Amino acid sequence: MEYFTQLFLGGLTRGSIYALIALGYTMVYGIIELINFTHGEIYMIGAFTALITASVLTLYGFNELSILVMASLVAVIYSSAYGYTIEKIAYKPLRHAPRLSPLISAIGMSIFLQNYVLLAQTSDFVPFPALVPEFAFMKAYEHIFSSAELMILLTTTVVMIILSCVIKFTKTGMAMRATAQDRKMAMLVGVDVNRIISVTFIIGSALAAVGGVLIASHIGQINFYIGFIAGIKAFTAAVLGGIGSIPGAVLGGFVLGWTESFATGYVSSDYEDVFAFALLVLILIFRPAGILGKSKSEKV
Amino acid sequence: MKSTVMRIFLAAAVILLIVPAMSCTKHESGAIKVGVAGAHSGDLASYGLPTVKAAELVVKEINAKGGIRGRKVELMAEDDVCKPEVATNTASKLMSQDVHFVIGHICSGATKAALGIYKESKVITISPSATNPPLTQSGDYPNFFRTIASDDAQAKLEVDFALDVLKLKKIAVLHDKGDYGKGLAEFAKDFIDKSGRAEVVLYEGITPGAVDYSAVVQKVKNSGAEGIIYGGYHPEASKLIMLMRKKKMDTLFISDDGVKDMTFIKVAGEYAEGVYATGPKDVSKNPLAIAATEAHKTAYRTDPGAFFLNAYAATQALLNAIEKAGSTDYKAVSNALRTEYVDTPLGKIKFDERGDAIGLGFSMFQVKNGEYVEVK
Repeated sequence: MEYFTQLFLGGLTRGSIYALIALGYTMVYGIIELINFTHGEIYMIGAFTALITASVLTLYGFNELSILVMASLVAVIYSSAYGYTIEKIAYKPLRHAPRLSPLISAIGMSIFLQNYVLLAQTSDFVPFPALVPEFAFMKAYEHIFSSAELMILLTTTVVMIILSCVIKFTKTGMAMRATAQDRKMAMLVGVDVNRIISVTFIIGSALAAVGGVLIASHIGQINFYIGFIAGIKAFTAAVLGGIGSIPGAVLGGFVLGWTESFATGYVSSDYEDVFAFALLVLILIFRPAGILGKSKSEKV
Repeated sequence: MKSTVMRIFLAAAVILLIVPAMSCTKHESGAIKVGVAGAHSGDLASYGLPTVKAAELVVKEINAKGGIRGRKVELMAEDDVCKPEVATNTASKLMSQDVHFVIGHICSGATKAALGIYKESKVITISPSATNPPLTQSGDYPNFFRTIASDDAQAKLEVDFALDVLKLKKIAVLHDKGDYGKGLAEFAKDFIDKSGRAEVVLYEGITPGAVDYSAVVQKVKNSGAEGIIYGGYHPEASKLIMLMRKKKMDTLFISDDGVKDMTFIKVAGEYAEGVYATGPKDVSKNPLAIAATEAHKTAYRTDPGAFFLNAYAATQALLNAIEKAGSTDYKAVSNALRTEYVDTPLGKIKFDERGDAIGLGFSMFQVKNGEYVEVK
């Protein structure tokens, strides 16, 4: 039973990592139906920004918690700027192009950013400091569930709730939903669609940056390529949960994390991806829109 | 006019027929002929050409001193482009030129193809670079020697260290599913199974680049393994070791030269302490290696290429054995190779029964105070 609990908790951590990145994916898709391949790269840039900020702050002797907060803040601002700019450069000019064009543009942007960081920083793995402090009350459970893991889980949950509320109850949220349903109609009733899309990208990128800081701090190392693999898995989680749905992304992340964890624990880690993607196929056979996704008829 | 051409042809043909016949008669008194076979053109030429240069340098030095017991050494380079099907032709050609010994070949596949021909003609062959384990271990080629450690040497060292020094009874073998890591892990598992002194409690591949390895780490913990032998590179190794230490597991960690890298220590920091990793023996401070490299720089104005020192050692070992044996006789020279130590850039070496060089290859290192230190 203890083994089961450990695998369960391991899957939970992994799941919340996927979920944290998947939230941004699913949000952008929900609003403009674009698979934003640069999301993983924004996550990676967030982690690098936090690393640089944290290194500088450590030199000036700030304490742990303030470093975490300030590094996250700088990462969020920097990544949001990236997200905003990428949308303006790579997606906005293609707003009326066939759907495949922005997709290719996204892939191109993702490769560009990877190589940019590779050249500007390094191709090597660099150590990432453990920014999340060790909470005293977690001391007894440290060998099963670390403070960083708890932090990731809490952040994912809180972000999910806040996002859902923003979309449901605020004016911007309403405009987002309107844009998602019908962009032209939303424009006719006075929604500034371009602004809404920009806001979506900024929020999505900010989430990716927070994810980057927390996850890198948990794993302890980063390089220019981490965004790609994390992005693919997060995308899978988003599809599994129903792309476009905020709670769906979190649920999808957990389901994926648990599947991988239990497949490794009870079968073999050689087959971890096989089980994960077999599950994805099975779920999509029975629920083509994902677990929580709403299947809607194609707009004409 | 036509008949003149015909006559020249005939004359040339006669001369061509006579030359090999004459060289046959020179067998025990003339120059000692050493063939140098390997990839000298094509994609892999950069692996083969340094060997030719190494052999040339050693031979030039010996000949300047008057040769071996008064006999000069003559080199004959033949290209095999690293292809097994070409290598058999290369070998036949060298045999038809009555070569006494061969330095080569470079690639394992080509070496294997050529070895059968050399074996029939009883020609001793020393490769500077063919690492495929069965070449020596199968016992099929008593005429074969090499001055490079075989592919499984690291795995063997890891397992011997785990069993003899650390005295582990339960070992988990993990790998990163790649050619290099998985190959090593398979050898390690085989060695442990064959020894019968320890049990492989877990044998698994992990996905490189995955965000989190906690499930595998839990599995290791659950298996009761006292140590892990990991085949792969440092990014995954550092993730594994950090996670294990954070989860308060003190499982020993033994790995390969993919992990014996400063980046591993830089990334894993304090968690890297105590990790074992095998790595090639350091020869950069060996005066003979420095001298050989300098000789290459003076002669060719460039830094030596791949396997240069291995080839240098191979040629030295061969010439030394001929000198000690006093003849080019197959039995005498192979005995000398197996019994006489020789100083080479790779250290003092001789060959074991199977033809692998003793005294070169890998050492065990351990991380101590942020540095890899050789375990004596």
